[in-house]
Amino acid sequence: MSHSLRKLTLAAVVVAAGGVLLHSCRSAAGTAVDLAAGDAATRVYVPPGQHDELYSFMSGGFSGQVAVYGLPSGRLLKVIPVFSQNPENGWGYNEETKPMLMTTHGFIPWDDSHHPELSQTAGEINGNWLFINANNTPRIARIDLTRFETEEILEIPNSAGGHASPFTTPDGRYVVSATRFSVPIGERTDVPIGTYKDNFRGTLSFIEADEPGEMEIAFQILMPGYNYDLGHAGKGPSDGWFFFTTYNSEQAYEKLETNASQADKDYIAAVNIRRAEACVAEGKAREVHAPHYHNVMDERSRVARSEVEDDVRLLDPRSCPGVVYYLPTPKSPHGVDVDPTGEYIVASGKLATNISVHSTAKLLTAIERRQFDGERDGIPVLQYDAILAGEVQKPGLGALHTEFDGKGNAYTSMFISSEVVKWKLGTWEVLDRIPVYYSIGHLMIPGGDSKKPYGKYLVAMNKITKDRFLPTGPELAQSAQLIDISGEKMKMLLDFPTIGEPHYAQALPAELIEEKQVKFFKVAENEHPQVARAESEAGITREGKTVHVKMTAIRSHFAPDNIEGVQLGDTVYFHVTNIEQDWDILHGFGVMGAQNAELILMPGETRTLKWVPKTTGVYPFYCTDFCSALHQEMSGYVRVSPAGANVPLVANTSRKAQTQLARAKRYGRPDAEHDRDRH
Amino acid sequence: MPTRLPPISRLLTALAAVLLSGAFLFPLWRIDLEAPQYPEGLGLRIGIHAVEGMKPADLDNINALNHYIGMKTIAADAIPELRLMPWILGALLVGGLAAAVWARRGALLAWLVAFAAAGVGGLADFWRWGYAYGHDLDPHAIIHVPGMVYQPPLIGSRVLLNFTAHSWPAAGGLLLGLAFALGVGALVLAYRRPAAAAAAAAPTACAAHVAHEPVRVTTTPAAVRVAR
Repeated sequence: MSHSLRKLTLAAVVVAAGGVLLHSCRSAAGTAVDLAAGDAATRVYVPPGQHDELYSFMSGGFSGQVAVYGLPSGRLLKVIPVFSQNPENGWGYNEETKPMLMTTHGFIPWDDSHHPELSQTAGEINGNWLFINANNTPRIARIDLTRFETEEILEIPNSAGGHASPFTTPDGRYVVSATRFSVPIGERTDVPIGTYKDNFRGTLSFIEADEPGEMEIAFQILMPGYNYDLGHAGKGPSDGWFFFTTYNSEQAYEKLETNASQADKDYIAAVNIRRAEACVAEGKAREVHAPHYHNVMDERSRVARSEVEDDVRLLDPRSCPGVVYYLPTPKSPHGVDVDPTGEYIVASGKLATNISVHSTAKLLTAIERRQFDGERDGIPVLQYDAILAGEVQKPGLGALHTEFDGKGNAYTSMFISSEVVKWKLGTWEVLDRIPVYYSIGHLMIPGGDSKKPYGKYLVAMNKITKDRFLPTGPELAQSAQLIDISGEKMKMLLDFPTIGEPHYAQALPAELIEEKQVKFFKVAENEHPQVARAESEAGITREGKTVHVKMTAIRSHFAPDNIEGVQLGDTVYFHVTNIEQDWDILHGFGVMGAQNAELILMPGETRTLKWVPKTTGVYPFYCTDFCSALHQEMSGYVRVSPAGANVPLVANTSRKAQTQLARAKRYGRPDAEHDRDRH
Repeated sequence: MPTRLPPISRLLTALAAVLLSGAFLFPLWRIDLEAPQYPEGLGLRIGIHAVEGMKPADLDNINALNHYIGMKTIAADAIPELRLMPWILGALLVGGLAAAVWARRGALLAWLVAFAAAGVGGLADFWRWGYAYGHDLDPHAIIHVPGMVYQPPLIGSRVLLNFTAHSWPAAGGLLLGLAFALGVGALVLAYRRPAAAAAAAAPTACAAHVAHEPVRVTTTPAAVRVAR
């Protein structure tokens, strides 16, 4: 039992005692203990009608989605569905978006989204896309920042637990994904778990991601069966390198909490990307059969399609010397963060009492001078003292993640001591600390992992809230806390509850993307195969036991709105097009008894609801998104007759809709409009 | 030759004719609609050959909203005048240039009369269409307010249910007004400074007049009234 772990246990006891004291203090003094800074209210107040300064994108953690909050107000602006079905708007329920959730395991309705990553150019946030990883069934999603919509999902094969993902290189060429849970890789995967050391492997995947709709695994590096936890690209002097933390270099496969916490040091795996590219170009990577899904939302039709890629290129470091080096790092390092200059590589051993900082300059020299402590599995292990820039002494307990303010300061989250610690790069002295409530995981400074931090705010993302908000039964919201870091002392400004787990976040100044937001889709450019661009294009057709209803929605009616001739045993597809071309005029569509979600339709968009009626009768459908003064009138009926009935298949429009149609036709519309729109 | 136009008048007439081309490039009139739900604005731009939205989809959206009150669909195809107006404007443009070349005071006068007639006729026609759209409502309209009509003002602002309609000349209309004012200025100068006198004057003096005479003339109240 190591000395440091005993110290940690002792510290935990002290922390617990401290908690008791704090609690009694709070009881006596009410909420005075953790009052925010005096001017906090004005700092976070965004008057009605005014906009926030920043967009922040927080992962929903086990919700599988991304939540967008305005900063500094903490107001929830949108939840972007990514890896989980979302009945609220039909994501993963309607026919167009179902393919987005396809994997080699079939359709998957849920995942655990962890790390949002904004795309970069030259090490700075460019406002093009947001990437986010699925942790459970490894995938990477790309979210378009003009539509705030998931437009692409790539499955990562030969991997499990896609946690160290989807961190970007500064040039935006690659995002990465690494294996948190090493697994058997290759033809034979049905092996005894006890053969872990022989059969289990990790992979580090480099995914080309600089072209929308074209994400592709460039290569995977086959690694020993450790747990690969987090990663960050180098920049400046460390550009061309990628750093991944590992834990469980003990290669335990049972009771990991103990057995994977034995070694004094685990490793950071430093990957030389240029070297890997060269080896792949020289044909040193093996093409291996590894089917994986690539799902893309087509921009014109807004219909997602899935393709299966068959192979990946797998590079074994033994066949490519110099592609990976190990940087020994104390006690199960979690985060690995590179400062804005690219010189310092900060590694937080989550069970260590100090924070180790490696130096890029020393690292490059050590590699040149071959200052190795032997090697493991063919990977050279660098000498700890040869690469160390310095250590932050006694920063707190449970150091996890570090971000930077661009002014030479670093901020590290401390899970166990539940605080953020500010320290100085180069001198390694602790400058300030602030308690957070409670058990912080990631922290985020807008642009704090890029070359150009925004540096005004820090957001702490906490796993536990206990008494911070009005209690809501046993399940409580997790939270984010906004901290002012513009001065010497950190100041607490705001607590706000979040959806799911706010695992990690990224943020950017609003002006970077505010002006380029899409207001609606042009119905004239809608290339959906079942689009009805005008009421005159609506209609109903039967193909055997399948009935297709092409329907339009516009304030305040559907066309058609009376449908007869559907028979029991039919599968009905409602292809509804919102033909509005007005900002923020949405329509919805729901059918009684449908074992499905609703549709929510953006202006100009077509979405399809599949409905298999279970009994005969008449079923109402209606608009579910309050659209207009006559929203309540926006409804219709479908009649379902017995199989083989002689009720003709007809789709009627209501008198109201007919009147409008007739009037439109009198003036040469909507056909005239339709022709014009097409050109 | 007392009826011959002095060079300054010919110049102004030619300039006025050239300004008419602005009507082909810019809308004559604008109707802006203001409502709580349209912070981004909603409006119509009326040109000599088209009725268009301020933004691409605005006309469709205005028509969609108008279906609630039973107003007929506003469509350029339904307004035959829009096919005629470019020819009228074209004829005025050529006529103006001809008057400048021919340099006869009578020709300029005739051109101004034709211009004024076209302007008054155009505005009257615009008003008539506004009246027709505002009054000829579907008796089965969704929203029926007894006694309510929806004619936009010819010029100025009016509240129409939840919308406030603002109707004003747009860039093309203002250019036409300026062109007419220049034409009137040219005519006034022709009466004050016959060509013979102008020819006798020194070129520098003439240049000085060019510099400030039109300004003085166009700012007289009479000229402004005519221009409107």
